[in-house]
Amino acid sequence: MAVTGTLRPRPSGDPVSQPAPTELDLPTSGEDTLVDRPWLVIVWNDPINLMSYVTFVFQKLFGYSKEKATKLMLDVHHKGRAVVSSGGRERAELDVYRLHEHGLWATMEQAS
Amino acid sequence: MIGSRRVRRDRSGRYRLSLSEPERTLLRSLPEQAKDLVTEQEPLARRLFPPAYPTDDEAEADYRRTAGASLLDRHRRSLDTLMDSVDAPGLDEAEAHDWLDALEVLRLVVGTHLDISEEFEEVDEHDPRLAHFVVYQYLTELQNDVVEALSAGLPVEGTGAEPPDVPEPDLGPLDGLSTPDGLEGWL
Repeated sequence: MAVTGTLRPRPSGDPVSQPAPTELDLPTSGEDTLVDRPWLVIVWNDPINLMSYVTFVFQKLFGYSKEKATKLMLDVHHKGRAVVSSGGRERAELDVYRLHEHGLWATMEQAS
Repeated sequence: MIGSRRVRRDRSGRYRLSLSEPERTLLRSLPEQAKDLVTEQEPLARRLFPPAYPTDDEAEADYRRTAGASLLDRHRRSLDTLMDSVDAPGLDEAEAHDWLDALEVLRLVVGTHLDISEEFEEVDEHDPRLAHFVVYQYLTELQNDVVEALSAGLPVEGTGAEPPDVPEPDLGPLDGLSTPDGLEGWL
């Protein structure tokens, strides 16, 4: 899976005598190169899914606290949709897939 | 309400079932019937396969090719687990998650059949949809019980992950998921 721009600084005193930290995972292809325009994963309101279920799915899939998952669920319910995660295209597509596995109505769009 | 729950997590982490015989009969029969409907071509199952890229046909076709079969497989497996474990005294963690998914599939299919909307309320006793509605309500209660039971095993504080803080995207409403006609009486 593509990871966008992860730079891991070395602690000072690191015995490895490399000239410079080089662990920069550069994106290699496609729209992931547009690191400043992340993909947004959006969940849309639907009349069938239970509020308790949607909250549970947000907790389970994303590790959000009950409080934050509930707030997102209420955003979906009242505003009709909410951005539940964001990132590179592959990451976003995986999240959409996991939401679809759970029956939620999820789509993805690149941030404008 | 606690006393009336049909699924409860016990101290050992197993999920204990309290289902009557009519409930078990229903939960054996519904997944069997739903399995034939859970295909990407079946209009009643349309809510199980939402578009990932609603405005990009090419990306959507790619996504469908990659994800369609495994979504189908997962849902069918969950329906199998529900049927196969309905007479067991309890479920392990994986089975409980499968039950949650199977109940989700059944609610989406029956809900689509009933054309459930935000405005949908009760149906009266003479309504031809009554039998389906009673089933839908039962599935709703049971799914809620499973959610409650599984939530008992989740940390309330989560893992520390934060939802994204991004500006609201300017997207129009999607309304492509209407219910098809002509599929009465499938249950």
